[in-house]
Amino acid sequence: MRLGFKIAVRFLKSNLGQTFLIVLGIAIGVSVQIFIGSLIQGLQKSLIDKTIGNSAHITVLSAEEEEETENQEIIEDYDLLYQEILGINAKIEDAVVVADYPAVLEYEEDSQSVLVRGFDLAQAEAIYEFSDRLVEGRIPKETDEVMLGIDLKDKYKLKVGDFVTLITNKGNVDEFIVSGFFDLKVSSVNKTWAVTTLKSSENLFGLDRTITSIEIQLAEANVFDADLVADQIRQTLGAEYEIEDWKSQNEQLLSGLSGQSISSIMIQVFVLISVVLGIASVLAITVMQKSRQLGILKAMGIKNSAASYIFLFEGFLLGILGAILGIAFGLGLAYSFTKFAINPDGTPVIALFISPSFIAGSGVIAVVASVLAALVPAIRSSKLNPIDIIRNN
Amino acid sequence: MEKIMELRNIDKIYGTQIQTQVLYDINLSFEQGSFNSIIGQSGSGKSTLLNIMGTLDRPTNGQVLIKGIPANEMTENELADLRNTSIGFVFQFHYLLPEFTAIENVLMPFQIQTGKITKEIRNKAEEYMDLVGLSQVRNNPSSKMSGGQQQRTAIARALINRPSIILADEPTGNLDSDSTETIYELMRDINQKLGTTFIIITHDRRIAEKADRIVEIKDGRINLDIRK
Repeated sequence: MRLGFKIAVRFLKSNLGQTFLIVLGIAIGVSVQIFIGSLIQGLQKSLIDKTIGNSAHITVLSAEEEEETENQEIIEDYDLLYQEILGINAKIEDAVVVADYPAVLEYEEDSQSVLVRGFDLAQAEAIYEFSDRLVEGRIPKETDEVMLGIDLKDKYKLKVGDFVTLITNKGNVDEFIVSGFFDLKVSSVNKTWAVTTLKSSENLFGLDRTITSIEIQLAEANVFDADLVADQIRQTLGAEYEIEDWKSQNEQLLSGLSGQSISSIMIQVFVLISVVLGIASVLAITVMQKSRQLGILKAMGIKNSAASYIFLFEGFLLGILGAILGIAFGLGLAYSFTKFAINPDGTPVIALFISPSFIAGSGVIAVVASVLAALVPAIRSSKLNPIDIIRNN
Repeated sequence: MEKIMELRNIDKIYGTQIQTQVLYDINLSFEQGSFNSIIGQSGSGKSTLLNIMGTLDRPTNGQVLIKGIPANEMTENELADLRNTSIGFVFQFHYLLPEFTAIENVLMPFQIQTGKITKEIRNKAEEYMDLVGLSQVRNNPSSKMSGGQQQRTAIARALINRPSIILADEPTGNLDSDSTETIYELMRDINQKLGTTFIIITHDRRIAEKADRIVEIKDGRINLDIRK
């Protein structure tokens, strides 16, 4: 083994130009893999983040129609339910109780329908991060304070401290002070949400200790288990409740993402195949080039297995060098991409997702592929008969 | 004297469709410590005979016994071991590994055997380099040496594992007459000092005449076998 390694190193050193070319070939393959992989992963992460970053992963609604109030199914005495939900699965990170009712917003001569969303605002921070999303003013604290979407501010020329009127379907009317404006980056939300405290919402709609839904947030690593967790909640809570999860509501996005993943894997597989073929063919030529040396070594009594180690080690060393260089190239490519492909505001067009485990994995795959590519030349060198070389010279 | 190499009824036929018989029923044995030469014209089969003695080639019929052990009953790995420890080769085209220095080439058979180089073996290699008169150039890349230097390196390499037999196929075939003289004196010297058996193929009758025994091969048969 040691001798095989030593001879492999000498063979590689004796033809530096050729060695460098193979290493470069592997490195380009690895860098493309790392770059494409990081790009696609980054793209998917940002898509998922934009889609579900600031919305509930799972929503628990009442399914009992007779308790309908304000055209909404309601949940009464929700404290126990809330605690129960938190205990169902360890993947559930947070849950927020919400009282959602439709209403009409009036300001001066204008009016439009809005969705009044009553939250325990400290709890709602877990999903909606209102403190970060706040553009102006502050989050509602007192009853009769409301926070509106940024689009409503522009539409009606509203200011913090202005009074708006909310009218419910039943005809309840109340005046609210605009405490601030938020921007959740989704136009339909920014146009229609009126966020207030749970208490304000209860007062406005004349309902005490009543909510319409509980919204659940999963830990980031578990967002793709939303459907499984939703099933578990469905089984635990029974038919009394209706459970919605983001995956069943975003099937198109998901199929888009999985299509993207498959195409990314395809690209990576083909890059890998071309790298393997490249190494295998160059090493096959090396066996020819070195057949004289192999003949001498065999005449001197090197065993066939030891002769094959020479080429396996060559593959291994080429793989290691190629992987290291390729990772450096890939990261350099990724870095320059985030520096040069930027939006007008200076943020990268696509935020790459640099995952150390993915990069290490690509490196390991390159090394394994190089050793596998060296297998055919290794077998050829083990089968080489010294007499053929000695007789022909 | 003990027979170190014995050939019994050796036939060698090349080719399957068009068969060419190169050796016909060769019976030959060499004694330990002897210095032998094999002569014959090109194509007479002498190189084939040497390759069969060195277990690099297998006879079509017959048996090769090295130190009394039949080679045809050995596995490939056992044959590799045998070549490594008991046989030293010196070829006409010196066949050094160009990627290694002279002394590394000398050490190669030992490294094949043990995988590593000890201080003792390095000293021994330097001793052999001294013996073949190359201690000055021992760290030169083998590809940068003259033909005579390369051939002497090959002899030092053949000696490193202290083999009982050295098989040399026209070791001076492409050297000038001065170098030829040096190489033969060197081999004779080693034969006397270390008691190594030499079987040398040569074209050169002058050289052959210095050997203890001359075997002439003609058309695949032994034509002459003279002992002094």
